[in-house]
Parts: sequence; C-alpha cells; structure tokens
Amino acid sequence: MTATRVPVVNIIYFALAALVVAVVPWLLPAYISFELAYAGAYAIAILGLLILTGCNGQISLGHGAFMAIGGYGVAIAVTRAGWPPEAAMLVAAVVCAVFGALVGIVALRLSGAYLALATFALAVSVAPLLKRFKDWTGGAQGLTLPTAHAPGPLAGVLDSERWLYYETWLLAGVLFALSWFALQGRLGRALRALRDNEIAAVSFGINPYFYKSLAFAWSAAYAGIAGALIASATAYVSPDTYALQLSITLLIGGVLGGLGSMWGAVIGGLVVEFLPLWTQAISQGASSMIYGISLIVVMIAMPGGIAGAIQRVVHTIIRPRRRGTPERLQS
Amino acid sequence: MTDIRRLVVRATVPIVALAMVAGSFSSVSADAEPGVTPTEVLLGGTHPYSGPASAYGVIGKSIAAYFAYVNDKGGVNGRKITYKDQDDAYNPAQTVQLVKGLVEQDKVFALFNTLGTACNLSIRQYLNDQKIPQLFVSTGATTWGTDYAKYPWTLGFNLDYQAEAIIFGKSIAAHQPNAKIAVLYQNDDFGQDYLTGLKKGLGAKASQIVKAASYEVTDPDVRSQMAALQGSGADTLLIAATPKFAIGAMATLGQLSWKPTTYLTNVSASQTMMAAASKSGGDAATEGIISDFYTMDPTNAELQNTPGIKLYKEILAKYGQGLDPNNGFVLYGMAAAYTMVDALQKAGKDLTREKLMDASLHLTEKNPFLWPGVELTTSPTDHFTIREEQLVKYDKGAWVPTGSILDARK
Amino acid sequence: MRGSGTATTCKRGLQIQELAQQIVSGLATGSIFASLALALVMIYRSMDVINFAQGDMAMFTTFIAWQLMAQGMPLWAAFLLTIVISFVGSVVLERTVIRPIERAPQLTVVIVTLGLLILANGLAGFIWGYEVKSFPSPFPTTPIHVGGAAFSAQDLGVIGVSLGALVVFYLFLARTKLGLAMRAAALYPSESRVLGVPHGWMLALGWGFASVIGTISGLMVAPIVFLEPNMMQGIVVYAFAAAVLGGIDSPVGAVVGGLILGVVLNLLGNYVEFIGTDLRLPVAFAIIVGVLVVRPSGIFGSRKLTRV
Repeated sequence: MTATRVPVVNIIYFALAALVVAVVPWLLPAYISFELAYAGAYAIAILGLLILTGCNGQISLGHGAFMAIGGYGVAIAVTRAGWPPEAAMLVAAVVCAVFGALVGIVALRLSGAYLALATFALAVSVAPLLKRFKDWTGGAQGLTLPTAHAPGPLAGVLDSERWLYYETWLLAGVLFALSWFALQGRLGRALRALRDNEIAAVSFGINPYFYKSLAFAWSAAYAGIAGALIASATAYVSPDTYALQLSITLLIGGVLGGLGSMWGAVIGGLVVEFLPLWTQAISQGASSMIYGISLIVVMIAMPGGIAGAIQRVVHTIIRPRRRGTPERLQS
Repeated sequence: MTDIRRLVVRATVPIVALAMVAGSFSSVSADAEPGVTPTEVLLGGTHPYSGPASAYGVIGKSIAAYFAYVNDKGGVNGRKITYKDQDDAYNPAQTVQLVKGLVEQDKVFALFNTLGTACNLSIRQYLNDQKIPQLFVSTGATTWGTDYAKYPWTLGFNLDYQAEAIIFGKSIAAHQPNAKIAVLYQNDDFGQDYLTGLKKGLGAKASQIVKAASYEVTDPDVRSQMAALQGSGADTLLIAATPKFAIGAMATLGQLSWKPTTYLTNVSASQTMMAAASKSGGDAATEGIISDFYTMDPTNAELQNTPGIKLYKEILAKYGQGLDPNNGFVLYGMAAAYTMVDALQKAGKDLTREKLMDASLHLTEKNPFLWPGVELTTSPTDHFTIREEQLVKYDKGAWVPTGSILDARK
Repeated sequence: MRGSGTATTCKRGLQIQELAQQIVSGLATGSIFASLALALVMIYRSMDVINFAQGDMAMFTTFIAWQLMAQGMPLWAAFLLTIVISFVGSVVLERTVIRPIERAPQLTVVIVTLGLLILANGLAGFIWGYEVKSFPSPFPTTPIHVGGAAFSAQDLGVIGVSLGALVVFYLFLARTKLGLAMRAAALYPSESRVLGVPHGWMLALGWGFASVIGTISGLMVAPIVFLEPNMMQGIVVYAFAAAVLGGIDSPVGAVVGGLILGVVLNLLGNYVEFIGTDLRLPVAFAIIVGVLVVRPSGIFGSRKLTRV
C-alpha cells in the first residue's frame, strides 16, 4: 500500500471484511466461532510480527514468550486477584510493551542469525521460568480460569464461544486499523527506512534506537494481547500452551500469510489455526507430513506469502495494462 | 511471475476456501442422547500423535484395536463402539478446541482416555459443566481422585504417580531405615508428583532425601544430574523418569560405577527398556533394580501363558497391524479399553450419560490385562480407579515378583 | 561441622572429583552440540540461512542406518552407505526443493526448512514409530576412569570425530579448489558466476556436505540419546546456540561454542544453587545473549562491514 494508492479501496475491503466477520458466527456452528476466535488471536500476534519483521526487518523467534506473559498475566490477575479479564489484558499489554522495549534495546546491535538466537532465548526460557515460580504460576499443572462469558446484557444473546469470537475480532479490527494508520505515516516510513538501509536512514535523522525498540515494544504488546485472548478462550494456561513451538508457529503463519500486507496477518492467523485441523481431517497418520509438505509447496509457489500472491492476482485483474510496473510488497 | 505459478496461485485460494468450508461441516445425526443410536455408540478421545509426546500415540491405536475386536463379537449391548481419536500434540489449547469439536460437531457420547495431565485439566471444567463423562483419563495425576467432589464427571484410570512413590517410600522406610536417598525426576507434574509421593511414603524419614535433581525433556542426557546425585553420597536412588531418560540414567549408573539401591517407575520398566539399559551400561547396572507393575508386561516370560497375554496377542495379530506387542503402552491401551467396555456393559441397554457415569463409579473388575491379583474398583466416593501394584525386582535379566500385591491406600 | 583433617580433605577430594566429572561430561555433551553446530555453519556459509531441519534430516538418515543394520548389514558398511545416501539425497533435495527459492527472501527459505523439519519428523514417525530404540555405537562403551572422573571411549570418540570433522571442513574450504569455489559462490555470487562457477551446484554441494556432517552427528549421538524421531530436537536448540555463540560463519566457533556451552550448562546446573538444573538453559542462553551484546558477531564470527 504505497502513498499513491487510493484509500477508498481499503475502506471498501475493510467494510466487507467487517461484514463477513459480523455475520459468520450466525451461519456456522458455535465451535467454529470458537476456533475462529483462536485464529483472530493468532492474527493479532502475527500483525505484531508484521510490524517488527515485515516493516522493520527484525526477525523474532521469541514472540511466544510475550504471548505467555499476556496469557499468564491475565490468568494470575483473574485467579489470584479477582480482576476482570479485560482489565488484566490491558495491563498485560503494557507489561509486554515494556518488556518488549527492553528486549529491543538488548537486540539493537544484533541482526540476522544473532538476533534470531537472542529472541529464541526468550522462547526457550518460558517453560522453565513458569515451572520454577510455581507459587504464582501453578507450575506444571497450570492455572484454570473461569469460562469466558459475555458481560451482563449480552449474556443472553451470545454464548461463550460467540462472545470470544466477537471480542477477539473486534479487538483485531481496532488494532489492525490503528496499525494501518500508524504505518502509513511517519512511523511506518521510519521503520521501513531502517529496514531498507539503516545507515541512510540514520543519516536522515531517524533515531534507530528509538524506532527499533518501539517496533519490538509494539509487536510485543500485540503478542501479549493475543496470549491473553487465548488464555481466556482456553480458560486454562500451562507451560505446554506456550511451548517453543508457538514462536515458530507464529513465524510460519506470518511468512505463509505474507509479511508484506496486513491481510497476510489475517490469512496467517487462519492458516495457523486451521491447517493442523485440516491435515488431521485428511489423514490422522500422515498429518505431520501433509503439514510439512504444505509449507514447502506454498512457499515455493508463493514466496511472498499467500497475501502477496493474492495481491498479484488482484493487480493483474484490476490493472491488466500496467505491464512492467515493479510490484513492491509494502504495507 | 510465470504462467504456471499464476495458475497454481489462482487455483489454490478457492480450493483452500472450499476445503475450509467443507471440512467444517461433517455432522452426525443427533439423537435424544448424543452419540448413541440403537446400533452405535460414539466415543471421543485425544492423544498426542505428533509433537514431543508422540510416543504415547500408540495407546489410541491399541484402544482402536480392542474396540474392533469387541465390535466383531457383536459390540456392547448390541452397539458397536466408534472411537474418534484426535491428535492434540500434547498442547492443551489444541485439546480444548478438539474436544469442543468432538462434543458439538461429532456429538460424542463421552470422552475416553484423553491423554496428558495439562490437556485433561484444560477440558475438565467444560466437560463437567456440560455433564459429559470424562472417563479413564490417561494420566497418573492425583487430582482426578482427590477433586472428584468438584468434578464428579471425571474419572482416572492409571495407578497415580504419588501412589506408586508412596509404596516405594514405605518400602524404603521399612527395609532401609537409614537410607540416604537421591531422586532423579522429570521436571513436570509427573516427576514432581513422584517426589511428593516419596516424601509422603517416607513420612518422618523424608528428611533423608539428600538430593533431588531434575531434568527437562529437552535435555540431551542426564549424566550431569547423575554425577551430582552420586556426589551427594546417597545409597538409594529413585528414578522418576520417562523411558529415554530412565534408560540413560541406568546406563550412567554403570559408567559411574555407582550401585545404589535403585527404584524405578513402572512407566520405564518394560523388558525392552531394561534390555537397552543393560546393553549400554552393562548387566551390573540393571541388576537388582526394584520397580512395580499394575498392567502386565507383555515381554515377561512368566506371564506368556496367562489368559490376558494370550488374548492380547490374539487381538493384536488380528486387529493391531503395525503395533508392537512388546510395547507396554500398547498393553496399557487395551487394559483401559477393557474397562471402558466393562462400564458400557454395566450401563445397560438403555444408555444415557448418567447411567454410564453411575456404572463407571461402581466397578469391581477383574481386568485380564492387569497384573494378576491387581484389582480395579471404583465407588462414588473413590475415584482412584487403580491403587494396587506388584513390586518386582530385576534379577539376571528378568523381572521377578517380590512380596504380595500392595495397596497404596494402606 | 568440624571434622578431622582427613575427613575434610576427603570431602574436598570428592568435590574436586565431582567437578572434574561435571567438566568431562560437559565436554562430552558439548561435543554433541558441536557436531550438529558444524552442519549448521556449513549451510549458513553456503546460503546465509540457518537450516533448522538439519537435526531432523540427520535423525532420518540415522534411522536409515538403523534399518540397514536391522536387515543384517554390518555397522561400518551401514554407516558408509548411509553417509552416501545422505549426501546424494541432500543434493537432490537442494536441486528440487531449494532451487526454486534460491533467490527468495531469507524468511521464505527458513519456512521451507521448517517444513522439511516437520516432514522429516512425521515421515520417520510414520515409518519407524515413536518407540525409543537402541543404537549401536561405533566406539566401545567401556568406562574409563581418569583421576576419579568417569567417561567412556564413546565420549572421546564423539569429541574426536567432531574435531576431526572440523579439521576436514576447514582444510576443505580453505585449501581445496572446490572449497574455494564454494566460498566464492556464497560470498560473491555474481562475480563467481562470471568466472564460471556454477552457483546452483555449489549450493547443492554445500547442502550435501552439511548433510554428511549432520548424519555423522546423528550416528554418534544416537547411542547416547537413543533413537527416536524427536531425538535431535533438543540438540538442535543447543547446536543453534553454540553455532551463534561461536560465530555463525565460523566452524571453529561452532566447536568451541559447543564445548563451552556443554561445560557451562553443567557448572550452572550443579554449582549455582539458585539456578539448579531447571533454570540452567535460560541462564546459559542469557549469558550467550550477553556475549552477543558485547560481540554482536559471536566469538569468532566475521564482522560485517557495510559500505556507505
């Protein structure tokens, strides 16, 4: 989405998406709304990765750790201090942002494989730390949260699953819109400039320390919110829920969806949630193999991610005469 | 972009969308009691077929084999059992979603042998709220037995970890009153429960535990921990470890030339595992190790002529293609499946969830797959399904029973 | 507690013995990390990408060796054949699966390697099941006692083979024409193409050699950690850390990093009460990150100088 694109198109897309999101729970069984709620939470986390990795060029293999902070933050606040989950989620997001900023500062001089390992260190540290401080976290047995339910007046209309769905996708909508505006403006330009050529950006007066840490803080906050939503949906947290796999899964979702476009985050969230279920439906015994093959095939066919490929298809349909236009994937 | 690629892209998106919509809509016709028709009863389950705990996936397959056998003999009260078992990769968030799908889309009658402590904890509230039986869960945590008042629809199966360790503790207190005890344990609910149980069994002597060292399942080996345990000067060792690490621990005993009196959890005590340990660490490393069984060990020479093992092998030969008869998990699966069928049988022809739960809580069963003499009993106030075991000692390459069947309650 | 002189010296002796033991087993475990880290470095030097699938590919080939021996093939013949299969298979893999994405963004390649990892793991589980299997060691497992520290010839073997692989790797890249061509293809792709170096095949060879190193790692490690589809997953985590600590493009760094990591883990786990064995992984990683903050390219890694 470069500055020259007409924003009206985006508004139409967004409105269409909002319509679909609003209507879907009434067309499909409740448990699918439940699964879509998870997809929405993953989409939010992947949006964070889009900002950090797609926009700002910093890789992270550790965002599962921020999801853990969000999830456990809510769980501890709800079970041990009786807070309402939404308030806990907000505080968890702030805590994650602070922690993310710290990580960003540590990671300032690192890039590539070195940055990957530094963030990986976060992911592998989650389970041991959670198990050590078991008085707070419930240790290996985890914590059980009360089942999520719609607040007061809505409780009669929305069952638990649909409430979670709307809460998640409403939040996703807000966060996506906010991010879009921020990334269109100066903030987005600074981040992208640092990604494309840090030295040139610095010589233009862009402060790398500030923006790079900001990207980490921002993405961490989103991951924290996603983790909190998942904790509410599962009504249970344990170290196994935030295992190493999770950070890898987020990365897979992000790249598969496409880090060049916000729709990529939505697609990524859907893929992360539903691909394992589909592969199981196809064949119980071969599900891992099908999953692995799917990743390989999709990446070879669509190196820019699914959203990137769809964008190209749309461009060729809508503007068939513009041959020779370099297609840059940017958000 | 080349034309071929464009074609693939254009094709993928609608195919993917269609698959998603199609996959979400396969339903079973609903009856008055979900999951029950005059000819069929539908049970649901989750096991880790992929991921870190995938070694336990065979349990689900073993259950399927047993159900196939029962179905061929006419089923239970005229109904064939269908077991829809899904892969949750040991991730509780995944378990919750799968179980909701099983309950709301597939309309299963009950959940059976869902595996993993955290996974079962994550679905317990939901199933109890919905009043759906969560039967014979595949984990040895004590909470299924102790918290039954709050969660009456949940029922365990395994001899719980604490019970096993309590028996070890009592044995140590009785036979080695001055023992200096070291513990190697897996750092999760399984290992931690063992440590707790050991302390309970030792009672006043719990202070004689001189060192406890934990390991993570991501550790490559346990040599560092074993060296530290040896360095504590202990003369008694409890290995509360899953097979890979237990074998490694026993092998290291040989390497360190350390001969404490060693107690081993039954999870890692099958003949094949002991043979692997002897191979790596020498025969001296495994000689004299004490363990226990509550399900039969399919590789035990003495048990080969029992009706249970004979039945087990017959069933596997006919229905269990690809399953290794020497794998203790496979036999465990069949033992659990036997109990499930027993409960269904006792629930009667007029099958409802309440009746199944009631039948499950009034079991006095002679399960052919349990170690001879071990009994299985439940009551509305006793949700600890199995609490007995047989102590055994490893003598010249085979497990030899020592003493009588012990009950953890006593 | 005041003991007699001999009692305290006795205790001191035991403590030194235990320390020696911890260091020795740390080196042994560390050499396991080192061997896989070498394979990671090899691929990185070819492609600027960490091949996360390296461990599971090694596991898969180790299963092939197991299968060959189960059919009756003697150990050394099976090992040799497996190494050849590993090399050829990996080259084919690169030419079919990696070739289309050679110029794609790095992250795309990373996801493909993750896909390979999942595929290899699932396939191994599908074919051979998840039950833990014994694996014969090419080295004798008889314990050796030196000054109270116990290890086995097997441990020496693993350290020896890792060092040997390092030397061969180094000499190959630095001293042979083929090694030179591979380095050129990785560092100066366009220039070397002009000079007639077939870029694609250099990449394929890089994969092949990395796979061989990985397979050797798997064959040595399987007797210790026991053969099952998930056997390398824990090790990859440490190998990755070791490779980065030592400098992701330095083979010497991979070995040094691995050995250091093995020893540090043991010392942290056993001598720092607060950390214990459960927190030693996070603390070790934190230390590595600390090192990276001071030396952003690892201990022996080459520093990237950007021209403005």
